[in-house]
Amino acid sequence: MIEVKNLNKSFGGMQVLFDINTNFEKGKVNLIIGQSGSGKSVLAKCIVGLHKPETGEVLFDGRNFITMSRSDRTEIRKEIGMLFQGSALFDSMTVEENVMFPLSMFTKMTKKEMLDRANFCLERVNLVGKNKLFPAETSGGMQKRIAIARAISMNPKYLFCDEPNSGLDPQTALVIDNLIREITYEYEMTTVVITHDMNSVIEIGDNILFIYQGKNWWQGDSKSIITTDNIEISEFVYASEFMKEIRSNMIDKRK
Amino acid sequence: MMKIIGNIGKYFQMVWVVFSKPEKWKIFRKNLFDEIELIGINSIPIVALMSTFMGGVIALQTASNMDNPLLPEYTVGYITRSSTILEFSPTIISLILAGKVGSNVASEIGTMRITEQIDALEIMGVNSLSYLVLPKILGAVLFFPVLIIFSIGLSLIGGWLSLTLSGLTSTETYVFGIRFFFFNSDIVYALVKTVVFAFIIVSVASYYGYYTKGGALDVGRSSTQAVVISSVAILIANFFLTQMFLL
Repeated sequence: MIEVKNLNKSFGGMQVLFDINTNFEKGKVNLIIGQSGSGKSVLAKCIVGLHKPETGEVLFDGRNFITMSRSDRTEIRKEIGMLFQGSALFDSMTVEENVMFPLSMFTKMTKKEMLDRANFCLERVNLVGKNKLFPAETSGGMQKRIAIARAISMNPKYLFCDEPNSGLDPQTALVIDNLIREITYEYEMTTVVITHDMNSVIEIGDNILFIYQGKNWWQGDSKSIITTDNIEISEFVYASEFMKEIRSNMIDKRK
Repeated sequence: MMKIIGNIGKYFQMVWVVFSKPEKWKIFRKNLFDEIELIGINSIPIVALMSTFMGGVIALQTASNMDNPLLPEYTVGYITRSSTILEFSPTIISLILAGKVGSNVASEIGTMRITEQIDALEIMGVNSLSYLVLPKILGAVLFFPVLIIFSIGLSLIGGWLSLTLSGLTSTETYVFGIRFFFFNSDIVYALVKTVVFAFIIVSVASYYGYYTKGGALDVGRSSTQAVVISSVAILIANFFLTQMFLL
């Protein structure tokens, strides 16, 4: 579990996050949603240590990530897998080398063992026979899957996904969503997904945190988000007429 | 002014982190050889071309400006050798390499920054500065002296070719000039300068690449800044090194 306590972050005098308090639970897909510029990505980057918050605590299973030494932080980072918005695959490496990279840096595995593990992870994300391709030779959806394979190669306890569906067609987005959900349940990971995609919110959101103007505005699950009367979240999630219709249909069905 | 001081401070902080123990020696060794190939061996053609022609031009210019009959003919070889070893090869070739290697390093690291590849390394727990920059700096520091020795040799050959083909002097006289009043310390001076310049080129380029913010346009800007700043730094360092060694 990841606990965030009283987290504040500002850039050049402009406060972006205000006193964030939340928990991301183990074995669940935890979503962070909110408008563009609301501070979702900053929150995620504070949690994984890419930004240093002014105040607050981030506890990875009770271990305070903010105050610990650099070497201890490095150890925790080995337990984190991250899927970036743009995949962030290493251009100069093949698919297989990308997946093997964390293993080659931090384990004493032989080349064969690493290759077996890479093949297992690639198979898990339904990418077989693409080992020797370079990232530039693959599609956006494939790149996301390669990035997931790389993220899970070290058997992480925590998985962070920054807008995993951005730039993908709805069908591929669904494949990625299902994959994230499956591996979260399979490996009992604490998964945190930043998303704008309302499909993801309804489909895979076990625990949803809504950030509004840098504040922890609402928290609940995909069922309660349908029935909530919180104005800001309703305006955000059900912005279009289409989504409003879906919502009223879902509420009618429940009645 | 405060921005310049801030940048210098940040640069030295970066250099401090770069020289930390590599995560895995095996991977570091592989990266080092890759960088030697990319930064050093791939620069051989441009260095060869520049050196041969510049050596030829230095020799021709010197010969054409020596009207005084009291000056011995071998002076052409002597001046060609001195200019090549003391300034042309270490300084001018380093300036050329600042353009080629500097822009390459800054744009490579800058692109990694804006495509979040550096963030990915950091999240994995990899010291991204040490992983990316240390092999580049060591690769340049180790291989640039080889390039400069190669450049000196080709420059002198270029000078010899231009003089003998144009019939301005004989091979014997040119070779005598080259060997006349030769100090080994001149080579040491050239190599020390080269090592300093290699460090400047790659570390400055890495600094601008690593701290790139924004998009593709900013990568281009970082690359240009890296070349300009490293060229200026080379000229300033050259001045002080010349003061230290020759005076």
